[in-house]
Amino acid sequence: MAIKSLVSGMRLTGYYFTHHKEILTQEYPDNRETLTFGERFRGEVVMPHDENNEHRCTGCTACEIACPNGTIKILTKMEVGEDGKKKKAIEKFVYHLGMCTFCNLCIVACPTDAIKMSHDFEHSVFDRKQLTKVLNKPDSKIVKGVE
Amino acid sequence: MELEQPAISDTGDFTINMGPQHPSTHGVLHLKVTLNGETIKNVEPHLGYIHRSIEKMSEASTYRNFIYLTSRMDYLSAHMNNQACAMVVEKGLQLEIPPRAKVIRMLMSELTRLASHQLWWGALGLDLGAITPYFLGFRDREEILDIFEETCGARLTMNYNVPGGLMYDIHPNFVGKVKTFLKNFEDHLPEYKQLLTGNIIFEERTKGVGILTPEDALSFGCTGAVARGSGISCDVRKWNPYDGYETVQFEEPMETGCDCYSRYVVRIREMEESVKIIEQLIDNIPEGEFQAKTKVVLKVPKGEYYTRVETARGELGVYLVSDGSSNPYRIKYRSPGFSNLAALNTMAKGNKIGDLVAIMATLDLVIPDIDR
Repeated sequence: MAIKSLVSGMRLTGYYFTHHKEILTQEYPDNRETLTFGERFRGEVVMPHDENNEHRCTGCTACEIACPNGTIKILTKMEVGEDGKKKKAIEKFVYHLGMCTFCNLCIVACPTDAIKMSHDFEHSVFDRKQLTKVLNKPDSKIVKGVE
Repeated sequence: MELEQPAISDTGDFTINMGPQHPSTHGVLHLKVTLNGETIKNVEPHLGYIHRSIEKMSEASTYRNFIYLTSRMDYLSAHMNNQACAMVVEKGLQLEIPPRAKVIRMLMSELTRLASHQLWWGALGLDLGAITPYFLGFRDREEILDIFEETCGARLTMNYNVPGGLMYDIHPNFVGKVKTFLKNFEDHLPEYKQLLTGNIIFEERTKGVGILTPEDALSFGCTGAVARGSGISCDVRKWNPYDGYETVQFEEPMETGCDCYSRYVVRIREMEESVKIIEQLIDNIPEGEFQAKTKVVLKVPKGEYYTRVETARGELGVYLVSDGSSNPYRIKYRSPGFSNLAALNTMAKGNKIGDLVAIMATLDLVIPDIDR
């Protein structure tokens, strides 16, 4: 009985030894091209810009308030719009990747869908300064109609 | 000074340090083990290597923000930890969550429990010197983590529960993928038994080892599979049902052997029960909202609130004191790992040093849960 239990276990081990394709292993980083993620996968916060270099961020700081780690800092400026009225706009959307825990609370808090999570997960850099990012591109503007 | 003590006492006792960097402690746990020859005379756990003051940090966060921190306590039961915190806020706000959110929470909890037990099973085999279980356990866990990644956005620290329900609705592929997983796992669970349960070496190393009497289990406040392996019924899902557990049929697995083997069998049977619960729920997810309507800034009325859930390791309690502001005044977590670790000395005394690894493995400790 005792020997039988050992042989039975060894048989299973031997089965997987000879059928190694049934065990899931990924040959990372060689499979970078074929890596797939779920669409909700949380890599890092990005601010999508359209082809006119326009984003959807109004600078309302809802994400800054929602962030539990102080990862986001929004610097605003006053801009004169086409109608001659003064309007608040973002100067810099600073994102400290090094402090981010990818909890998704900022994305949920954003009323205008200006930020989203990208699938980029390889964050390692040689200099910590590179982890502080400005998400709005230079000379970018807010999309018309987003209030 | 302790350092000036002789290495070996007159009676032949000597002390060795196991950890904080030891593969079988599964984290930074430091055990000061007093031995006489190979026999354990005393085990003294030293904690604090991974203390992050999560309770204090919670006091500085708002009621929406503190939940994500608890994913970092018992990271293998991240969903249940989040659920306990969301529940305590809901209790304070007297908020009823939609039926759809309840069912999805139950499904996610049971999937988390399965994933946690699969990792435990693999690590147990590895601790006792068998490497195949590790690969097989991780193979099945990977499928569950893929389901989490698709629906929650993360594989381990999900942060899927928010006060009032869930952050997102389930992904359209969720039901199909869970069904595929259940079908695969039905074929794989017998392999678990073939490899370890009936194995003579495994039985010799676990049967009669690490005895924890029911009286001791009660007095140390052990919960989860550790207490159930000593014949104590303590499943929060049965005794104090939450989020709809009263509507599903399942058994509370119990063994009376009080040894490592009993705790092992309890966990294997728990996996079968989790599969049963998922099978009952997966075709009956109610339609409707996944989140109740809440205010932007949550303010829990002044008072004290306590909720508890059954994590993969036992009972997690969240005690909240509110002063009526938007931050918790005090948060206290009653974590299962801390109480279960308290029983380690009683279980290990008189056993051999090699058995300590088996005892630790069946306690299923997660060190960040003990230290917080």
